[in-house]
Amino acid sequence: MVEITIRKRQREDAVITQRKFFKKTARGKVIKVIRERYLRDDVVCGIDGCRECYSTVGPLLPFNGALDHKLFPHGHFVLPDTNVFLAQMDLLESTLFTSPIILLQTVLEEVRHRSLPLYNRLKTLVKVDDKRTWIFYNEYRSETAVVREEDESPNDRNDRGIRKGTSWYNSHISVTRPTTRGQITPLPSVVLLTDDVANRLKAEKEGIPCLSVRKYVEGMPKASQLLDLLAATDSEALEPTVAAGGRGAIYEDYLPTGELAAGIKAGKLHQGHFNANQFNYLEGSVSVPAFEKRILLVGRENMNRSVDGDIVVVEVFDEKEWKAPADEVIDQEVTLKNDDVEDSDEEGDNNEAIVEERKALKTEEAARRAAEKQPTGRVVGIIKRNWRAYVCHIDSTSLTSSNATSLSQQTVFATPVSRLLPRIRMRTRQAPTLIGQKILVTIDKWDITSRYPEGHFVRALGKVESKEAEQESLLLEFDVPYRPFGKAILDCLPSEGEQWVVPPKSETSLEWRDREDLRDLNICSIDPPNCQDIDDALHARRLPNGNIEAGVHIADVSHFVLPDNPMDDEAASRGTTVYLVDKRIDMLPSLLGTNLCSLRPFVERLAFSVIWELSPGAEIVNVRFTKSVIASKFAFTYAEAQKRKDDLKLHDDLTESIRMLNTVAQKLKAGRMTAGALNLASPEVKIHLDSSESSDPIDVEQKEMLETNSLVEEFMLLANISVARKIQETFPQTAVLRRHLPPPSANFEKLQDILKKRKGLNLDVSSSGALAASLDKCLDPTEPAFNTLVRIMATRCMLSAEYFCSGSVSKETFGHYGLASPIYTHFTSPIRRYADVLAHRQLSAAISHTPLHASLHSKTHVERVLGVVNRRHRMAQMAGRASVEFYVGLALKARVEKSLKVHSGKVTEEAFVIRTFRNGLGVFVSKLGLEGLVTFKRETQFDAENYTFTIPVAETGDKDVTIAVFDKVVVSIDVEKDRNTQRGKVKMTLVSPIDSTAL
Amino acid sequence: MSSRIEILNDGGYRSDGRRQYELRDMTFDMSEQAGADGSAIIAHGLTQVLVSVFGPREAKMRSQTLHDRAIINVEVSIAPFSTGDRRKRARGDKRILEFASMIKATFEPVVQTSLHPRSQIDIFVHVLQQDGGVLQACINATTLALANAGVPLLDFVCAVTGGVHAAAPMLDLTTLEENDLPHVTVAVMPRTGRVTLVSMETRLHVDRFEEIFRLAGQAGSVLHKEMRAAVRERTKGVVDAMGSGLRTSDFAEDAMMDDT
Ligand SMILES: [Zn+2]
Repeated sequence: MVEITIRKRQREDAVITQRKFFKKTARGKVIKVIRERYLRDDVVCGIDGCRECYSTVGPLLPFNGALDHKLFPHGHFVLPDTNVFLAQMDLLESTLFTSPIILLQTVLEEVRHRSLPLYNRLKTLVKVDDKRTWIFYNEYRSETAVVREEDESPNDRNDRGIRKGTSWYNSHISVTRPTTRGQITPLPSVVLLTDDVANRLKAEKEGIPCLSVRKYVEGMPKASQLLDLLAATDSEALEPTVAAGGRGAIYEDYLPTGELAAGIKAGKLHQGHFNANQFNYLEGSVSVPAFEKRILLVGRENMNRSVDGDIVVVEVFDEKEWKAPADEVIDQEVTLKNDDVEDSDEEGDNNEAIVEERKALKTEEAARRAAEKQPTGRVVGIIKRNWRAYVCHIDSTSLTSSNATSLSQQTVFATPVSRLLPRIRMRTRQAPTLIGQKILVTIDKWDITSRYPEGHFVRALGKVESKEAEQESLLLEFDVPYRPFGKAILDCLPSEGEQWVVPPKSETSLEWRDREDLRDLNICSIDPPNCQDIDDALHARRLPNGNIEAGVHIADVSHFVLPDNPMDDEAASRGTTVYLVDKRIDMLPSLLGTNLCSLRPFVERLAFSVIWELSPGAEIVNVRFTKSVIASKFAFTYAEAQKRKDDLKLHDDLTESIRMLNTVAQKLKAGRMTAGALNLASPEVKIHLDSSESSDPIDVEQKEMLETNSLVEEFMLLANISVARKIQETFPQTAVLRRHLPPPSANFEKLQDILKKRKGLNLDVSSSGALAASLDKCLDPTEPAFNTLVRIMATRCMLSAEYFCSGSVSKETFGHYGLASPIYTHFTSPIRRYADVLAHRQLSAAISHTPLHASLHSKTHVERVLGVVNRRHRMAQMAGRASVEFYVGLALKARVEKSLKVHSGKVTEEAFVIRTFRNGLGVFVSKLGLEGLVTFKRETQFDAENYTFTIPVAETGDKDVTIAVFDKVVVSIDVEKDRNTQRGKVKMTLVSPIDSTAL
Repeated sequence: MSSRIEILNDGGYRSDGRRQYELRDMTFDMSEQAGADGSAIIAHGLTQVLVSVFGPREAKMRSQTLHDRAIINVEVSIAPFSTGDRRKRARGDKRILEFASMIKATFEPVVQTSLHPRSQIDIFVHVLQQDGGVLQACINATTLALANAGVPLLDFVCAVTGGVHAAAPMLDLTTLEENDLPHVTVAVMPRTGRVTLVSMETRLHVDRFEEIFRLAGQAGSVLHKEMRAAVRERTKGVVDAMGSGLRTSDFAEDAMMDDT
């Protein structure tokens, strides 16, 4: 029995215990909020053996702290302020940093408000065993709680709270330590770590031990290694570059926060995510609700130190200053290749690289077209930085000394793998050894006087182009959690392990409780070849009344993954299984995915079944959901099932069942298409790893669509839709659903214009049905691939589908545009998608099988989980794509080398022009699913209105050659190693209609 | 918005510094209000409710009179300044009517109405400030006001809210907590252990429900002790003021005081 008590509050405490503040609601109403706070004396200090606190929970701080610091021979604890956690997380995370840490609640909450990623890292740090970190809830302890005073900023209030906490600890230690024979033994100190000079001065005045991070680290036993991990911060003049003295500001200061908020409120400023342009490093854009088109930011001054992903505040210029987006490819490595890392901040015409950059921008600007003008502006503030660790290479030309044994500190450029990111300046002593490696670099700050952001080295990943380094770098770059599952997680698996079987049917068996016995049904699975994780199986049979019973059986993952245990938490944070070419990062331990939850043939498995009664016309007469035990009769591949279906000699039950499913599926599909479902396309490249020795490890598998592919797809869609309806009905506030918003028509403008001008075709985007119909009409009798190409381009104009919580958006927006379904969810792949696990739990509760876990009743909880899942999904897709690109690059390189050796010829492929730039062409090699750029250095004529590109007679010596979007050309593909980054880079040149090598 | 505030942090503290099973500070003011036969202002943390009781008195409307017992009328009003958003609620507001009928239903089996046939008891509930647990405050204040008015009660009625945060139950929720958690209000009669009201506005897992139900019952006894002490104090004051022996027999606490 627990003890229930009443928390008494002292009347005179009211000032400190009540907080009044005003808050704006989502609808813009200002409301008054009063909260109270209960102060207590039982918040413990966490020091082992403290005679006052007697704490027993959790790993405690050692009695005398750490004794290995030069300045504190009698022992010490560190108490870092908020900025130390925000700026120096790499240092604190290092295994070499072993000092016991006191983490104040004030600091923890401030970190949480400032940066969620860092907050999550901090929470992990607290849990690491060999770190000794204690969270002290200072805001709830009566002696350490502080109240914001009048005229005091929230920041100052927190700083004061942190100082008060530090001083309390020091006095707490002194009053709780015994004195020996009246003599006070020397006591350990609690040291405030802060890089805020003003705060340090105040602390010193108050007699609180206090150091800057650098000073502190210098006194640590492993100082030399730890100093490299130190982030560049404002108050420590870490970077006294040559030009420091006369350094002028390159960028404008950001507006104060208050002014930003007021501006946004008044509609004068706009807030949104900054997106860098991957073709042009001098251009970015921000999408904001007030404008249909994105706001364009041209030039580095206007982008004002924004990094891709930051949430920024933009001021929009007068309409007469609006510009059109760039038509030119500007590559930062080419334009800025000569920028000197030491004096790159020097302004003026004596910096050649900058002159080059300005020139590029100017000529490029002149060419921008009036017709395509869109809102243009500049960044005036940052709401939130989304900086993290980036995978980079060291730019070898930026090294001042490449002497491998040199340990002198030098400033170098780190070039991120992603083209969306600026180069990062960093200081390191290890530069020569890091050349040719992939490394992880974090951005620390970006001052107005520095052209580039400044950062520090975190760790090396391995040699470039080695599969290991590239693999890890991909996972890091796309933030994929890939650590092996820990013991706590594996402990959640059934103890029988691989030997687990469905127990014999009995009244008392837990597994058989409320489960239907479907073992006798003719259930089979149909999957791609070599499929190990079979998460779905099907059956069909004729009912006596002439109707058809069809069933979809999904692995009962929620039977094994129980809510709120370590395995569930991990799956929720992974969100999805990630497929790279050479590696699969599972969402759940493989025991489940490939065995217990794989609906293998000839064994009994637990399933969650959706069973319909369908009329011969494929209309749903009835649907029911049940947990079941099944025994699949066969595991087909698509091709095998197809063959069996087509074999007219066969009339066994299983074959008939497949035929019945197929007939129904065709009707279902026809119904969907009538409703306006889209048939989209995206390039699919298949990589055959096993043949890596052969000359041609890549191959575009023209995904052959058999009837059986479509059969499985239709039934999965039907199951997802039926489940979506059921859970939405039962849990209207918190059902886990998936939707696809209709794309804004502006997204199609350009494609519509191109199609009209180049091919005289109309694209009707008024509804998904109209779009589907007009896409069908986009045909070129001479070029069968043309339709697919248009579909690929149309797909890029779409928004992406997303998971959402049904109570969080209005019902009108539930629809799935691409599938033309009014409601949808994911239910059919719970092994590899977390949203499906949640849908399983909700469905299970909806049929009263398992009560719903409290968290799935909470809208905020569901929203939070789905937010993570959505992000993980996006990242997983990008990681998968990047992995394919890497292998395509490797394979191409092999092919080019071989081709040169054998017949000293080049690798050439047919390609379609998909974009025209002022100085180049964007082409798509459909056979390889590869997109590339052909650039021209010599004079060309570019007609932006008509999407054509003319190489004049003067250059060809023969006649004008005009190339337009959708033209078929032949390109030669080469892979060259980028001289600076050591990265394999696909280079394309035109072979036909004209050889562009010399151009 | 609330996702930025932790409902229950790793240290086991709630956002206002309480632990899971700690109830908020409670105050009672049972001084006389103009005209009322009994009244009480109760505060649970920042939630504050005033209840005035008139009667038992002769029923005003013949048509409503019952010949064998007294009738109970409950009227609820919510001060516009009681919440941050200053929303005006009309008397006929559905939610207010619902509140009134819940309070009425809670007390009908507790008030010994048969002792006062053909009369009526009017209960005016005035919500002064809201920070969660409004229903619990209304019920607790009504108990005190009825006792203060000398209305014979079978037992005290003590109410408390309980909710669950990710499987962790907690008691006496603030508005912030109520907005985020499934919760129930449970009213118990501590002497008999009987439950007179369960009000649930959100779905709750059945296992969790049992747990909260049990906890709320226990919390009811804790509340009971406090409320009883407050009534005793008040009785003592009244007795002192009026001279001994007067009206004390009317006080129904006698019956309730002997339990422990
Ligand atoms: Zn202590």
